[in-house]
Amino acid sequence: MPELNADLVASVILILVKIGVFFAVCMTLLAYVTLVERRLLAFFQERHGPDRVGWQGLLQPLADGIKMFLKEDITVSGADKVVYILAPIVYVATALMVFTVIPFGNTIWPETMEIGGRVYNFTIASANRGIIADVNVAILIVFAISSIGTYGLIMAGWGSNNKYALLGGVRATAAMISYELAAGLTLVGIIMTTGTMSMMEIVEFQSGYWFGVIPKWFCFSQPLAFVIFLIAAFAETGRTPFDFTECENELVAGYQMEYSSMKFGLFYMAEYGHVIAASALIVTFFLGGWQGPFIDLAVLKYFLPIIYFSVKTFVLVFFFIWVRATFPRFRYDLLMKLGWKVLLPAALLNILITPFVMMLFGRM
Amino acid sequence: MELILFFILGGMALTAALCVVLQRNPVYSALFLIHAFLCIAGLYLLLGAEFMAVIQIILYAGAVMMLFLYVIMLMNIGGEGPEYAAGERMRRVINIGGVLAMISVIGLGISTTLFYGGPQLGPKGSYGPRIAENIGNTKAIAHLLFTDYILPFEITSILLLAAMVGVVYLARRIRAH
Repeated sequence: MPELNADLVASVILILVKIGVFFAVCMTLLAYVTLVERRLLAFFQERHGPDRVGWQGLLQPLADGIKMFLKEDITVSGADKVVYILAPIVYVATALMVFTVIPFGNTIWPETMEIGGRVYNFTIASANRGIIADVNVAILIVFAISSIGTYGLIMAGWGSNNKYALLGGVRATAAMISYELAAGLTLVGIIMTTGTMSMMEIVEFQSGYWFGVIPKWFCFSQPLAFVIFLIAAFAETGRTPFDFTECENELVAGYQMEYSSMKFGLFYMAEYGHVIAASALIVTFFLGGWQGPFIDLAVLKYFLPIIYFSVKTFVLVFFFIWVRATFPRFRYDLLMKLGWKVLLPAALLNILITPFVMMLFGRM
Repeated sequence: MELILFFILGGMALTAALCVVLQRNPVYSALFLIHAFLCIAGLYLLLGAEFMAVIQIILYAGAVMMLFLYVIMLMNIGGEGPEYAAGERMRRVINIGGVLAMISVIGLGISTTLFYGGPQLGPKGSYGPRIAENIGNTKAIAHLLFTDYILPFEITSILLLAAMVGVVYLARRIRAH
């Protein structure tokens, strides 16, 4: 048995604490985004929304959770039991997995620290950075996870033995596959400019200002990619202008119609997980991630990046809700047309433009 | 640690691959095949080939198997067991014999690579594991694809394009004259 490396143990403990805190915060946020959405939608539509449980409805997510668990758990006869039960698990797990590669802060812990007369080093496996896993193929991992997540939908659709559910699942997967392509191609411009696929390095690349005013975020240097990625994110999360998967006037509720109790709750959670993950990804790629003014100040450097990241992400979540309250639903064939005939060529055009801009102005 | 992970992943991959063949329901077979692909991606990760691992998940487990599942689910191919006529016993025996022979050939193939420490094993060429570790997997593969292997790479792309054009031609709507 080799002697245990004290630095390694210290780093592992820090990583485990980081994962634990991050998971707890994520789950709480997930629950409260449902409340935020319901209250905001009510606000947009000039009604009150759920404000009865607790002050301003703050205990509503708790009540919802209790309700979900206490409802009768029905498995429809004729459903394929294994696939039926596996589907929500796959969907919610993949929705939460994306968070592992998203950088939520810069340095969250000092590199070395003296505890009990011994100096411990916390830099192994970037334990002191604000990211759970800093892998160098992070962008590809995001797409790999979301392509596995699609199976959750099609399994739910097929497993419930219902034609509307199957149609919903097929629609969801078709939309996800076609929009994943456009979203992936828009990121090629960023990969070309930064020369890396690590999320942390992409965020670090976006530091500084042009002319001292405009922050060096990719939404300014790659506006076309930003717009395409934003639209694709709406389609991939299945949110309102593109929510054909649960299109109630055509498909009742789509892939989730035969689910009840906590299994339905899991689909609900996964939907909001996708919204938060998509917002966090947009922030990371195009809005500078945790970058912002004063992040180098000695007192604030551990907290300020996390606050910047959270605020930016919340603004985007608000944008998702705002769009839901504003726009009507698209038509399904128009969605496919938009994906393949507009967004995909535009993404390819972006790949063509980027090298020219890089030749003219350097890596900006 | 690596050895333990290898046995877990390899064992799961083999079990899943066996289940693909042994399942009666084609949907289950497809799901087990996805599982096998994911395990193989894990094996790539153990080898330090993270780019290959992720591409394996995106392409094989994601895109290719999604089309498989589509076809199986939408055609609603049932899970009926094979029906044997009275005279087919002999053929079954021959089939089992054939499978056994195949297994022994495959076993032989695997064991030769294990026991043969000849020159084709191990790092060789200008992109050994050490260099790949330094510049990163993705860059190493890109370098190889766009320099030494540019011709095979382009030929493969053209082949895929030709296949795509062929599919579009075959699936086109034939107008009545």
